[in-house]
Amino acid sequence: MILRRDVFQALADPTRRAILLLVASQSMTAGAIAAQFDSARPTVSKHLKVLSDCELLTTEQQGREVHYHFNPQKMKEVADFIEPFRKLWEDRFNHLESIMKSRKNL
Amino acid sequence: MEQKTKVSAAPNDKGIEILREFELPVEALFQAFEDPEIFAQWMATEVLHMENRKYGSYSFQTKNPQGEIAFRVEGIYHTFLKNQQIIRTFEMIPSSFGVQLEHLLFQGIDNQHSRLRMQSIFQSSEQRDQLLKLPFAFGLNLAHHRLQKILQTK
Repeated sequence: MILRRDVFQALADPTRRAILLLVASQSMTAGAIAAQFDSARPTVSKHLKVLSDCELLTTEQQGREVHYHFNPQKMKEVADFIEPFRKLWEDRFNHLESIMKSRKNL
Repeated sequence: MEQKTKVSAAPNDKGIEILREFELPVEALFQAFEDPEIFAQWMATEVLHMENRKYGSYSFQTKNPQGEIAFRVEGIYHTFLKNQQIIRTFEMIPSSFGVQLEHLLFQGIDNQHSRLRMQSIFQSSEQRDQLLKLPFAFGLNLAHHRLQKILQTK
């Protein structure tokens, strides 16, 4: 079984975020991605593996080449991850607002 | 529906920023933070004490739905400027989130609208992420319990 990596850990690295931005606009091969960075090819490969392991990128074999695609669904999950926290404060502040409004009308 | 409360938490960062605009004058917004009774209402907590002054301390405790004490929060006000700014420490006990430094900025927009900016700084990004994930994990737990209940009744 592949160890599922923490998606937040994956996003914490600036090079990986740059790779995501690059691949988000068009799917690319590992070679084409590596060509955009100063880092050594194995370093870029390692980043691609981390991004694939946590499903931010999906891979597709085309002949001898592997193409990397951006997975927007996974990215959405990450955004949704903070959503319960945001909702907690939204509810608290809505409550605050309604309490203060009703006091004003007393 | 438009989201009134915005949360930003950049990856690998130690901070959380919460922004919200209220249909309230800034005085009313600030009152909700300095009046222990009102604060207890909207935070669904019990205020143990609240000394609203520079270097004054505050504490409150929150119970779980079963009525047991879930956690206590303690902290010190470093700045307490009415209708303008609160700078305070914030420590949840028990927890592994450490002590946070919080900056609360209260701004009047016009006579009927105001804005609050809350910034929390953690000691590490790991602690920050743990706290961010708490409501998410709690939601998962609730969903899990609900599912178990449904399964049990079948």
